[in-house]
Amino acid sequence: MADPLTPDQVRKVALLSRLELSDEQITQRAEQLDAVLGYIERLGELDLAGVEPMAHPLDVTNRFDEDEPRDGLPTSALMKMAPDAHEPFIKVPKVLGDGGGA
Amino acid sequence: MTPPSPGQNATILAVELTDFSAIELRDAIRSGETSAADAARACLARIEEVDSGENGVNAFIQTFPERALEQAMKIDERVAKEGAETVGPLAGVPVAIKDNMCLAHGRTTCGSRMLENYESPFTATAVQRLIDAGAIVLGKTNLDEFAMGSSTEHSYFGPTRNPWDRSRVPGGSSGGSAAAVAARMAPLALGSDTGGSIRQPAGLTGVVGCKPTYGRVSRWGLVAFASSLDQIGPFGRTVSDVALALDVICGFDELDSTSVNTSAPACAQAVDAPINKLRVGVPKQARNEKNHPAVAEALERAIGVYQSLGAQIVDIDLPTIEYGIAAYYIIAPAEASSNLARFDGVRYGRRAEIGAHEDLISLYSRSRAEGFGEEVQRRIMLGTFALSSGYYDAYYTTALRARRLVKEDFDRVFATEGGGPGVDVVLSPSTPTPAFRIGEKADDPLAMYLEDYYTVTANLAGIAGVSVPAGLASMDDGVRAPVGVQLFSPPFSEERLMRAANMLESGLDWNDRRPPL
Repeated sequence: MADPLTPDQVRKVALLSRLELSDEQITQRAEQLDAVLGYIERLGELDLAGVEPMAHPLDVTNRFDEDEPRDGLPTSALMKMAPDAHEPFIKVPKVLGDGGGA
Repeated sequence: MTPPSPGQNATILAVELTDFSAIELRDAIRSGETSAADAARACLARIEEVDSGENGVNAFIQTFPERALEQAMKIDERVAKEGAETVGPLAGVPVAIKDNMCLAHGRTTCGSRMLENYESPFTATAVQRLIDAGAIVLGKTNLDEFAMGSSTEHSYFGPTRNPWDRSRVPGGSSGGSAAAVAARMAPLALGSDTGGSIRQPAGLTGVVGCKPTYGRVSRWGLVAFASSLDQIGPFGRTVSDVALALDVICGFDELDSTSVNTSAPACAQAVDAPINKLRVGVPKQARNEKNHPAVAEALERAIGVYQSLGAQIVDIDLPTIEYGIAAYYIIAPAEASSNLARFDGVRYGRRAEIGAHEDLISLYSRSRAEGFGEEVQRRIMLGTFALSSGYYDAYYTTALRARRLVKEDFDRVFATEGGGPGVDVVLSPSTPTPAFRIGEKADDPLAMYLEDYYTVTANLAGIAGVSVPAGLASMDDGVRAPVGVQLFSPPFSEERLMRAANMLESGLDWNDRRPPL
């Protein structure tokens, strides 16, 4: 059995997941993740040497469309979905710091 | 069932119309014995009666009564003016759509606070195919948030209740669609199945539910959970109805790059013909000591039906069933963590308030913490962890290798060459137990995950599966709850799957049973 996840490890996963969590939530998630990861350890019982990873059930590679223009959704329909927009822009908080030179 | 004559009392008519199968309804509408408008009214009245209120089933997140009636009247007009032949194979049949499929009408919420007010500008291909075939969309059904769950408790819009006993779950994640069909609010519904989300709720509510082969049904407009596993499929109260719906929704779609360009199945015309000398494989793993006694009984009953119909029962070994859940709970969350990255509070969905000096990461992280429920957050974190630097090989690559073994296991039992047992279908329970109580597994994610023990391998391998009602369990509180059995067949053999399921249905004599509601 692998070592249990530390709160710092779970905090890092939360950051990578872009989820703002309280300390209490971090503790609770650590326990729940440990339980699932513990169950997953049974995969170690399988002889997987030389087995090719299978990411997809179909033996297909990318299928490309003909390079022909066609109508997409109108910009106004897409802008309508954005929670904070000023057409034709979507508002975001400041991305560059002071002196970012934009 | 004989369709009622048009002159009959309207209430009796309404009550009976909700009992019609999709095919019976379609035929009655085409022949003029009833109308699409009356069918829609009957279903809407039934929804009104059993779905809302404190102890209602809560199968629907939203309904479209006016639009449904409008569309139904258009079908009636066409039947009157242009004749019955001009309307499609689902003319006037009311349908319910799981709310993770886009419809350019109303909201598409995915059962999430994140998309509480989201309106899709387009309609999913599978839904459009139903509409083009004449179906009337009654509304959007409840689900575990973003289809992650096995009970339909993890919805921002509250849990769906099992029509057989409203203190129990209907299964999930397509619990709303399953419950709507079981409770006779609609004869047909669409669900999506990533690890069992059609077949498990079908089993727990006593209806038929099919997950087609991966690549059969376009995923265009299905909000992605795990793209290499997700597949849309139908629920119905009879195998024939599910076969017909399959014919309508299956087929190539250039808008989905994983849609397979192969000839569409013709299940509806094939379904009634039994398969001569059918070879039914029963994995020894299906006779698990953890099965509820009623589940074990249902499996043996199904075996008995096949034997009485001249089928050959073949004992087989599918050792990777034991590892399906473990592989799945790396692969599905890994794909989900990537797919759900699009919900960032910027382009669509919920956007959190942040302070003037906070940055973009704060906007993302707070929007997502507010918008996603606990189970979705858990899976995003699990997937992010499995894909993170230093753990990728140990978890994700290992799970992908195990997935290959699952597929090879099925290839081996379906094969005749190389001394393979050459079975036509594989038979197992749909779930280890009948429906559990609401709240019973809420604090134990792993126990909830094991609900998909029998279903998940079909998604990993990409094969077709169907759950068929197989009996009623007497629970210790005196409640009777349905149990289902499941059939698997090789990729792109839906016709065989439906014929084998129909044989089972005819021998199990289930169709007259209805939930007490």
